[in-house]
Amino acid sequence: MEIAVEQTQQRKKIHPHKFTLWVAIGSIIMMFAGLTSAYIVKSNQAGWQTVGMPNVFWYSTGTILLSSLVMQMALRSFKHREMNQYRLLIAATFALGVTFVILQWLGFRQLWNSGVQFRGSSGGGQFLYVIAGLHALHVLGGVIALMVMSVKAFLGRTKLYGSVPVEMMATYWHFVDLLWIYLLIFFIWVG
Amino acid sequence: MSNESNLHGQPEIVTGHEVHHDEHHVHHHNETFITKYIFSQDHKTIGKQFLITGIIWAVIGGLFSVLFRLQLGFPDQTFPILETFFGRYAKGGQIQPEFYYALITMHGTVLVFFVLTAGLSGTFANLLIPLQCGARDMASPFLNMLSYWFFFMASVVMVSSLFVSTGPASGGWTSYPPLSALGDLNQGSKIGTDLWLVAMALFVVSSLLGGLNYISTILNMRTKGMSMTRLPLTIWALFFTAILGVLSFPVLLSGFILLLFDRNLGTSFYLSDIFISQTGQALPNEGGSAILYQHLFWFLGHPEVYIIILPSMGIVSEVLAVNSRKPIFGYMAMVGSLFAITILAFLVWAHHMFVTGLNPFLGSIFVLLTLLIAVPSAIKVFNWLTTLWRGNIRLTPATLFSIGFVSLFISGGLTGVFLGNSTIDIHLHDTKFIVAHFHIVMGVASFFGMFAGVYHWFPKMFGRYLNSTLGFIHFWVTMVGAYLIFWPMHYEGLAGVPRRYLDLSGWHNFNHFGDLNKMITVVSAIVFAVQLMFIFNFFYSIFKGRKVRHQNPWGANTLEWTTPLRPGHGNWTGEIPEVHRWAYDYGKDGREFIPQTEPVGKGESHH
Repeated sequence: MEIAVEQTQQRKKIHPHKFTLWVAIGSIIMMFAGLTSAYIVKSNQAGWQTVGMPNVFWYSTGTILLSSLVMQMALRSFKHREMNQYRLLIAATFALGVTFVILQWLGFRQLWNSGVQFRGSSGGGQFLYVIAGLHALHVLGGVIALMVMSVKAFLGRTKLYGSVPVEMMATYWHFVDLLWIYLLIFFIWVG
Repeated sequence: MSNESNLHGQPEIVTGHEVHHDEHHVHHHNETFITKYIFSQDHKTIGKQFLITGIIWAVIGGLFSVLFRLQLGFPDQTFPILETFFGRYAKGGQIQPEFYYALITMHGTVLVFFVLTAGLSGTFANLLIPLQCGARDMASPFLNMLSYWFFFMASVVMVSSLFVSTGPASGGWTSYPPLSALGDLNQGSKIGTDLWLVAMALFVVSSLLGGLNYISTILNMRTKGMSMTRLPLTIWALFFTAILGVLSFPVLLSGFILLLFDRNLGTSFYLSDIFISQTGQALPNEGGSAILYQHLFWFLGHPEVYIIILPSMGIVSEVLAVNSRKPIFGYMAMVGSLFAITILAFLVWAHHMFVTGLNPFLGSIFVLLTLLIAVPSAIKVFNWLTTLWRGNIRLTPATLFSIGFVSLFISGGLTGVFLGNSTIDIHLHDTKFIVAHFHIVMGVASFFGMFAGVYHWFPKMFGRYLNSTLGFIHFWVTMVGAYLIFWPMHYEGLAGVPRRYLDLSGWHNFNHFGDLNKMITVVSAIVFAVQLMFIFNFFYSIFKGRKVRHQNPWGANTLEWTTPLRPGHGNWTGEIPEVHRWAYDYGKDGREFIPQTEPVGKGESHH
């Protein structure tokens, strides 16, 4: 334990992997900035049709907010070495992540059945599918990482005490959460 | 996430300060052929993989240009051998229109992305960042390996697109919709463009993985004493290149995703009110905007030209300082101008769109911002010239290519001033003038930087020298050839000769350029042949070149020359050396050079 403390004091710099994640987040933000600015440009042109938000998205928003909270609790219990609690919480985050993706899918189905489809004239709906779909893909990436972490936590073969991977997972997870909140507000505000 | 365990043995030890204490981890693992040469996580091997893949692509892309130059130089003649090789694409020995458009599209795509982005940045960022910063490897060697293999997959998909029955993408390297969006308009816009888009998406992923690693290695993994202001300019240039890539490639990806939707799922992001006369069909798409694609494309497209040129600028700065035996002139001004170029790179994209009906007032703002780039560019040129000034210049092939770079950058940069003005651009847009401009300033100049880098760091990469005589022939023929090819194109462009057209014989006023076009074609074939000679030199020298006997063959100050002749994975056998000074103490206090690792003596001014 003393050695660990000494090491953290010695290293004033941020862990390179964490830093890489932050740069990656910047990169992802640029992608969504590109898409949402395209949305704004297009919404000022002729033939634009606005769409209503499917109700299911409110449930998915609740789910992802909750999952962020659970992820934070998982990180705390990992740091306090409460491994049983950590295992349950990380698995719960994973389950909530899966739920979010399923809910998004249901939202898309609802929208599709209400007549907002790909063919024909342009509008907010087409953008909604692309933007929210790409967001869901990023969540799915996080879900896969969570699955790997949960399996590792339950198998317990690797004795991993460094909290860096868990911290990075939490950072990424909060990021996709915030990104969704931004997109939701964007859709309501501009659309 | 625990990938540096391969290198350090335990996941916690990563930062520059700590690697000093882990010399016992530098032992060599039981490496098989596969882990050493194929799925390698060693940054030096990955750099070589990028370089060799880039060379293969350069041959393909270069050959394409020789083929379409045949058409431009000799539009009336037939070359039966072309029919032998390309069948219906060159029916009767003449390049068919759809083949011609596929050739120019692929030439642009391959050279801009696969050679001058991956082949240049990929090679030198991988090789130099850990070696010159003083790190055992990248922040994440595993992501670094993935970066190469995504590039490799992109290459496989792009190559496969050359062999589909409807031909590869042929809507230009920019792939503007609606031409690129509708298969009915153009054979190449069928499956060829889908493959092109998939290959480019994989390429973007590769660039992003690489770029993330470069940034975090430079900021977090420098050895003790290596402050940012002691970094060689190569690293600064690669750092800004990576930032540009990480922030602009995702926007391009967004644009490509929307294009894929329009192509395959019938959405109307870019398409509106289209009637296709070939099929007599009116499309249901409404409200799309083709200009939107151009904005998304050029938001990357413009930074992309700096992604191509900045690494060359860094290499040239380093090579010129080492071989003039003088400190680089105006180090901080060099860093500052790189920074200024990086910022401006994001603010000028619409100068590619002056003739799209852009609001003229908005256009004038982009003119101003574009012309501002002349300031940092001029600072850099001034500093290169003053670095050479009264230097004790050693004319190695690397030095010659660096000087050639400066020459090309001046000539090509000056024509940029013409094109940056929206009023003149209306006349020059889509003419040979623009072809001449960007080939000189970005294409050939970046190649020169790349050659300079290869000649200079070949001893570090392979432990042998490239043959200098072949190097000199390579330089002079390429230098003279580049000017002979592109200089006349300025005159053609001013006279209004359009680019992209495959046959100009219908315009009588362009007939007097006939002989000039023949000359350009002959010279481009000669220059291409000389590049093949360079490639022979490259591969021959890997195995049979003169061996490097001295650890520091060029008498350079930077850290890569403190490693063993053939460094293993981990670069330094003992501790990573500590840095005490900047990289440019040449000719100081009567000494020819003082390596960065040497402590500052008493009474010596320090940086």
